[in-house]
Amino acid sequence: MLLRLLRENLRPYKRWIAFVVALQLIGTIASLYLPSLNADIIDKGVVTGDTGYIMRIGAWMLAVSLIQIACTITAVYFGAKTAMAFGRDVRSRFFRRVGSFSSREVGRFGAPSLINRNTNDVQQVQMLVVMAFTMMISAPIMLVGGVIMAMREDIGLSWLVAVAVPVLAAITGLIISRMVPGFRLMQTRLDTVNKVLREQITGIRVIRAFVREPFETDRFAGANTELTDIGIFVGRWMAAMFPTVMMVMNASTVAVLWFGGHRIDAGAMQIGALTAFLSYLIQILISVMMSTFMLVMVPRAAVSAERIVEVLDTRSSVVPPELGVTSVVTHGQVEFRAAEFTYAGAAHPVLRDISFSAKPGKTTAIIGSTGAGKTTLLSLIPRLFDVTGGTVLVDGVDVRDFDPEALWATIGLVPQKAYLFSGTVASNLRHGKPDATEEEMWEALEIAQAKAFVAGLPEGLDAPIAQGGTNVSGGQRQRLAIARAVIRRPEIYLFDDSFSALDVATDARLRHALEPVTRGSTVLIVAQRVFTITDADQIVVLEDGAVVGLGTHDELLATCPTYVEIVESQLKAEAS
Amino acid sequence: MSTPQKMKKTERITGHMTPGRGPHGGGMVGQKASNFKSSTRRLVGWLHPERTKIWAIIVAAIASVALAVTGPRVLGRGTDIIFAGAVGKTLPAGMTKAQAIDAARAAGHGQVADLISGIDLVPGQGIDFGALWHVLAIVLALYVGSTLLSYVQGWLLNDVVQNTVLRLRAAVEDKINSVPLRYFDQQPRGELLSRVTNDMDNLAQSLQQTMSQMLTSLLTIVFIMVMMIDISWTLALFVLVTVPVSMALAAVVMRRSRTQFIGQWRHTGALNAQVEEGFTGHSLTKVFGRQVEVQADFEVENDELYESSFRAQFLSGLIMPIMMFIGNINYVVIAVLGGLRVAGGTMSLGEVQAFIQYTRRFTQPVTQVASMVNLLQSGVASAERVFELLDAEEEEPEHAIALSTTTRNGRVSFEHVSFRYEDDQPLIEDLSLAVEPGQTIAIVGPTGAGKTTLVNLIMRFYELDSGRITLDGEDISQMRRHDVRANTGMVLQDTWLFDGTIRDNIAYGKLGASEEEIHAAAEATFVDRFVHSLPDGYDTIVDDEGANISAGEKQLITIARAFLANPALLILDEATSSVDTRTESLLQHAMAALRTQRTSFVIAHRLSTIRDADLILVMEHGAIVEQGNHDELIAKGAAYAKLYNAQFTGPRNSGMPQASGVAAPADRARMRPDK
Repeated sequence: MLLRLLRENLRPYKRWIAFVVALQLIGTIASLYLPSLNADIIDKGVVTGDTGYIMRIGAWMLAVSLIQIACTITAVYFGAKTAMAFGRDVRSRFFRRVGSFSSREVGRFGAPSLINRNTNDVQQVQMLVVMAFTMMISAPIMLVGGVIMAMREDIGLSWLVAVAVPVLAAITGLIISRMVPGFRLMQTRLDTVNKVLREQITGIRVIRAFVREPFETDRFAGANTELTDIGIFVGRWMAAMFPTVMMVMNASTVAVLWFGGHRIDAGAMQIGALTAFLSYLIQILISVMMSTFMLVMVPRAAVSAERIVEVLDTRSSVVPPELGVTSVVTHGQVEFRAAEFTYAGAAHPVLRDISFSAKPGKTTAIIGSTGAGKTTLLSLIPRLFDVTGGTVLVDGVDVRDFDPEALWATIGLVPQKAYLFSGTVASNLRHGKPDATEEEMWEALEIAQAKAFVAGLPEGLDAPIAQGGTNVSGGQRQRLAIARAVIRRPEIYLFDDSFSALDVATDARLRHALEPVTRGSTVLIVAQRVFTITDADQIVVLEDGAVVGLGTHDELLATCPTYVEIVESQLKAEAS
Repeated sequence: MSTPQKMKKTERITGHMTPGRGPHGGGMVGQKASNFKSSTRRLVGWLHPERTKIWAIIVAAIASVALAVTGPRVLGRGTDIIFAGAVGKTLPAGMTKAQAIDAARAAGHGQVADLISGIDLVPGQGIDFGALWHVLAIVLALYVGSTLLSYVQGWLLNDVVQNTVLRLRAAVEDKINSVPLRYFDQQPRGELLSRVTNDMDNLAQSLQQTMSQMLTSLLTIVFIMVMMIDISWTLALFVLVTVPVSMALAAVVMRRSRTQFIGQWRHTGALNAQVEEGFTGHSLTKVFGRQVEVQADFEVENDELYESSFRAQFLSGLIMPIMMFIGNINYVVIAVLGGLRVAGGTMSLGEVQAFIQYTRRFTQPVTQVASMVNLLQSGVASAERVFELLDAEEEEPEHAIALSTTTRNGRVSFEHVSFRYEDDQPLIEDLSLAVEPGQTIAIVGPTGAGKTTLVNLIMRFYELDSGRITLDGEDISQMRRHDVRANTGMVLQDTWLFDGTIRDNIAYGKLGASEEEIHAAAEATFVDRFVHSLPDGYDTIVDDEGANISAGEKQLITIARAFLANPALLILDEATSSVDTRTESLLQHAMAALRTQRTSFVIAHRLSTIRDADLILVMEHGAIVEQGNHDELIAKGAAYAKLYNAQFTGPRNSGMPQASGVAAPADRARMRPDK
């Protein structure tokens, strides 16, 4: 998964990558060349006392250093560019893919999970790519190059490399493999500590009211101690890491001197080669250590990659038709024919055998207890979901045969959770109608009973709206969401329990103002409270996903026991 | 040597960038302490209880660094021995060293003669392995000693840091439980949360990293300098010139990259907000046909993030190569100058070798100290914010004559009570009121009238400015707060439950409650019914995302919790959120069950509650403007009657009772403690 993600998204940057690899290669060779030159200084310059030679080689070493830094900096430049471009592209592809999803896929993953994948997971993989370009490429080159150079200096000592490398790899591997799960556990426990604190601050009144401070203190102390314990565990391994690594390196140095001394005494090696060999061995060991560190990052990035690819590979269950009906809908009649809907993986359908039609100029109310499938039913009309059986028709045409844009243009949706987008009042209204004039905006606000409060804001239409609309009250949010739908003047209005946060007086005024506007349109209203829908032209009573009653308020009172029960429970609740 | 440290540094930087650490973390990248010195001193004060260990750490660190730094120097002697043997072997045996020098000079090899004169050799003799063995054994011993000491030091240091952070966290926890509620009102909740979580984490991290690296880095710098000066002060002088240069370079690059990282942070935050909005408002975006615009906005922000993160990455990636380059220049210069001196016989090859090693090991702690400064700054800034919290004024100490805590009757009276949140904004003025045991008092009035404040005063969440409140004739300010509250049950609109099972959440009302008691409470308040339909029953975990428990059901749990506490006095804030009709009726029944036999104060939104109340308090601007029962007040035709007509008789009321509140629900969402 990780490889596929990398391959597919790094393809456009093949040239840059090749360039980075080439530069890293040159840079690494340059830095490998330095000890060899130093050996020459000793063997050919110092031993023979040739100061001119020493100076010449010195100048050459300086030049090599310059080449090395130039290569490395350029490599860092292109490496960073490529890695960040990779991140950008994956984020963009991901966002586009989710944009194509229907509510069904979004629901399957859950919005928070999708957000996390698009941000944190991409970041994880991107970090791996950064590391790859800065270290992962150079480490193996350094390793191989170092080994070659070391063997060139003296093949007889090369067995030392063969011993030191596995020892170091094993030690760092062991310590890291202990540390990594510890780190993960530490993060979880840190989250717990923070969660307890968060709970205590948000629940401070309840805690004090119930005099549970001692209990909370204990709870916190438990979490805090657990966190400290794991911190101490991880910290001890970490404390062992550095000294041990240094020990291996230093011991290797001593070994090189001892065995190298014998080789020199036997005349098989020169003293300069010995110092060069020493440098190479250290460089090799450093790259081994880096590679070990790198390897630790891979599993984490792989998990992230999997989570990203899973989404990228998901296809929307709502597919627009190749040649959609784009003809303008003029009437907006909505009809359900034996419609059925089952969530992916669910055993039972949430909606089954739904048949009724909602006519233009009429108001159809849908009522039923929580979980009866009211919201799902409304969602079938704009194809947020597609039916899994039967059909939903608008103006006699299966909604699946419409060009989605044309279908959506006829619909004004006011969702249960009045969600506003960050921006201004005006920009939110333009979501409903992109080319709305100021006049149209004020008119829509007036109908939605939001004119007074918007006019009361210092910036009026340009008043800022926070993400989700959290900076206005629930009732104001709902009214703005209604205005956003009204400004479209759609053929079909879908109100999903949209008046719940309004007080009775406002509710009544709003309905009164809506009447002339919606006169020619089909109106579907999901309602909680019976009194708000008593004068609807038609009431659909839903229970457990099926229609158990259909008619006017008075008809249903006479024929539908479920409806009677709902009415009575509301009356009783009030009377109790 | 440089690599593991570099890894850590990179991790730290990205750690800050990871959005998972929460958006508040972003403020930390560039922050500075306003009073660096005193905050640092105070932080050091927190280390005081660990002073024995700290002394041990300092001793171990000095010893370990000293041993480690001596290593190369001694190793240089080994190189000398080998070199001497190698050169000595090329000379004819039987000659003295002086003869060999003369012979070389005579042969016209003046430079070779110089070289030989500087070496301690015996012509014709090879490497003295006995001496070499001796030297290498010493080196090995030095390294082993240094490794062990360094391990001990790291081990102890980790203990010190972890324990200090543990104590700091515990102090924060204690503080939260002992500051007056007023403190929580005075600042945004997010701000406080950020202090106790993000700042605390940041403080812990910086403490860990600075303490472990600062000490050894500084010591290493000092010891290496001593060694270098000892070997050759002229060469050392050259290296010492490059130190400030490399430090300054590192600082410049770091400062620049930090600005870029802040930019990257900002853009990450902005992009995450867009993603969040795009995915949360997914269906709306679809139905309103705004997908193209949303994607376009995203691309713009995404590109900006790309630009800034690229620059940040590039700049921070420069530090290593630059440091390496400076290291290499040092290396070249030492190799050349050293080579010349060895050839001239004024320095031994081993010394040059040691010197090269020292320069290589020198740049790294220098870079580290430079980067530590940033980390230290941000850590101290966080510490300062934590200390500010720890300095918050605590609740007045209890001057309690501990009164009996036996169950009370629930007679409450207010006598000329005055209270204000802000000194210049009068809220409750000279309020008097008497409530008999078992009565239900409905409090009604517009937002900001002081309804919540009134009940907060009964709970003694705030202290009165004047007057007194008595419970069964005893002044509550003379009782222990715990005793006042233990007699009072509270059900708030805000259904706070902690992340635990349903059972634990109910049992919160009475610690150590038996299973039977919990079940009885659950049954009386209709929790039992829906719990049975949950797969895990009472073991179901209540969490924020838990879609398995609805808002109404959560409210039922809070009622069960209060029921189990069995208080003499009850405070209810009627919920107004829209729940489905059946749950609504259950809530009504549960609340009614809870109210029986108890004195209850209800911040009422439902007509039925208000009608049935023994006493209705109509509040306006902090004063009770009217009191009496429903019929009396209607007959009076004043404030209550106005309120009733405005709110409870909708314009097209068809006689159907309405479940709407007294205050407009739209405003209620914003109502926390009235102020």
